[in-house]
Amino acid sequence: MSYKKRLDNRKPDELRKMEAKVGVIKNADGSAYFKIGNTCAYAAVYGPRELYPRFLHNPSKGILRCSYSMMPFSGSGNRVRPGQNRRAKEISMVTEKALLPVLNLDEYPNSVVDVFIELPQTEAGSRCAGICAASMALADAGLVMSDLVSAVSVGRVDDMLVVDLDYSEEAYEDGPVADIPLAILPRTDEITLLQMDGEITKEMLLDAIELGKKSCHEIYEIQKKALKEKYAVKGDE
Amino acid sequence: MASNELKSHFIKLLNEGKRLDGRDISELRQPIKVEYGISKTAEGSAKVTMGDTEVLAGVKMEISEPYPDTPDQGTIMVGAELIPLSSPEFESGPPSIKAVELARVVDRGIRESKAIDFRKLCIKKGEKIWILLIDIVTLNDDGNLIDASALAALAALKDAKFPEVKDGAIDYKKKTDKSIDLVKEPIAVTVFKVGNHFIVDPTREEEKAIGTRLTITTTKNNLICALQKSGDSSLTQEDISRMIDIAIEKAKILREAL
Amino acid sequence: MTEILVKDKDIVVPGELLAKGMDAFPGPGSYRDNEEILSSRLGLVYLDRRTIKIISQSGVYLPKVGDMIIGKVIDIAMSGWRINLNCAYSAMLSMKDATSDYINKGEDLSQYYDIGDYIACKITNVTSQKLVDVSMREPGLKKLVNGRMFNVNTHKVPRIIGKKGSMVTMIKNATGCRITVGQNGLIWIQGDTKNEFIAIETIKKIEKESHLTGLTNRIKEFLEEKTGKKIEGVEMK
Repeated sequence: MSYKKRLDNRKPDELRKMEAKVGVIKNADGSAYFKIGNTCAYAAVYGPRELYPRFLHNPSKGILRCSYSMMPFSGSGNRVRPGQNRRAKEISMVTEKALLPVLNLDEYPNSVVDVFIELPQTEAGSRCAGICAASMALADAGLVMSDLVSAVSVGRVDDMLVVDLDYSEEAYEDGPVADIPLAILPRTDEITLLQMDGEITKEMLLDAIELGKKSCHEIYEIQKKALKEKYAVKGDE
Repeated sequence: MASNELKSHFIKLLNEGKRLDGRDISELRQPIKVEYGISKTAEGSAKVTMGDTEVLAGVKMEISEPYPDTPDQGTIMVGAELIPLSSPEFESGPPSIKAVELARVVDRGIRESKAIDFRKLCIKKGEKIWILLIDIVTLNDDGNLIDASALAALAALKDAKFPEVKDGAIDYKKKTDKSIDLVKEPIAVTVFKVGNHFIVDPTREEEKAIGTRLTITTTKNNLICALQKSGDSSLTQEDISRMIDIAIEKAKILREAL
Repeated sequence: MTEILVKDKDIVVPGELLAKGMDAFPGPGSYRDNEEILSSRLGLVYLDRRTIKIISQSGVYLPKVGDMIIGKVIDIAMSGWRINLNCAYSAMLSMKDATSDYINKGEDLSQYYDIGDYIACKITNVTSQKLVDVSMREPGLKKLVNGRMFNVNTHKVPRIIGKKGSMVTMIKNATGCRITVGQNGLIWIQGDTKNEFIAIETIKKIEKESHLTGLTNRIKEFLEEKTGKKIEGVEMK
């Protein structure tokens, strides 16, 4: 039986319901919350701040350090052991690379910008949700950036190209599946995160990326709105 | 590190009946808020807000083997993560002693108050029991993490529903409507001694100027079920007596938030 | 044909298009990409004829020569003090810049400024690698005692100080507090308990409402209500 209709009745290019908020962690220099479907991500930015150990210092510009972490109760199965496992370490690294191209830390030699992403609840697409939250948090921290970063996973389930796969689609067993986390810079459509699990032809992949760009622009509008809301003029004048 | 002026200024304010954030000396911060079900992947979860301090707690349930000495009892495990997202002063890496202490104080409060009848967590004597994995994660640390965490853990337990079990395996996608039978509600209140004053619910800034604290966990009928003294200075017996009275009084307010 | 697409005080996000054409100029907080001028920060638009600036509303302090700041002594070296500036970089206060007293070689420097002391000082030098020197050899620069410190958003400091110091002077006069405002977002307040809290509350109000019009009047009314005293001689707009 081929996959003709998405299990949760979404259209192929329809994202799950989203929610975004900026300034959610008072202690942080910048912070944001991003929710898509049942996946929620908090991101907090600290810095630029002093960097230890000293051997990490880059005398020509500040460095970016990302940490992705799932809360122990955020997995759909058993408890997730706290601490950075191999998966979390890899996601932290690709998150860093997804955000780095927009960030300009020339004014902050020898310092570090720390980005902490924490997920209280996940159901597929957690690294993309983390990147969306982190990019808003970096902007909220007042850093120099050429653009925001928007991310979504795209892919195929059987012969259907879909965006924002949920857990049941990732686990679809009656046909081939490909899950492609994608991050783009909305202004130029350049790609800063691209991974894939599964099997797909080149043609399908390029079509999937095209679909992903469109979705990222939708996400971008939500990110932009949340950032502006924090600073919108409140009061009677 | 605290500035040299902070402590003397703090005591000056306390002498005039005020706290660093302007509230009256014995007041708890507002809001005191408990939100249930903040994580759908947990079997039970809650978020506690006390002033600017925010703490999450989640309960995952797993089936495990009982300890040989208690073959007919399930058990709990409490973990706490002081994550670097929540404070500029927390670092990545294995749990700090502060996190370990916090988890253990919360664990003792629940365990020793007998809030949960561990026998009811037994599935098959000597073979299978439920283990309740309670995890506390700080979201924003503005002080008084122990009290907020204990309240969050309790709220998450109240929120929890057992998952369905089929042929001995848990189906985490399906929750039953069976809750954990919480027979008591242990509430932790930490009382701090600053100079000659006793205060509760300090901010992060105030905590920097405080030497000594006593966490007192009490149940609704004013029974003390866990204690933890910490800090560099000593307490007299009179101090402890006063601190217990304060803890019992403040526990009533926190209990109302549940 | 140049088209400016934003108005004064609009809130923009990084990467947002501000203008098209070569007759407009990117000021601080914005950049040019061919025909386009884009924002490089989250902030408020400020149009200065054909130059577009983005005024950041958030972010940590970056040391600038000439800034009066409040620092904390964190270490004592052979010939001076290491000062925390509430940012990614610390500063050096050398013996000769610390006091007009003559300090003998080998003297115990902690009797002048001890670890944990707060001082008001001025930034005299910042290198490309952000090595910072501070000095206290100017009137008003001193060790801060018998008061308390609190933090504000460094981007709101100009509004807290006001034009030629008018805002902070109004608060000082109304509350009788001594107030020292550091450009790095630290504020020292010394006064009796009741007025200390009025001053803090007032400053927090400025921080929150800084972007609203009629700020001076709002603050004047707020202070009058809190202190129960009329404020004379403040220009009504």
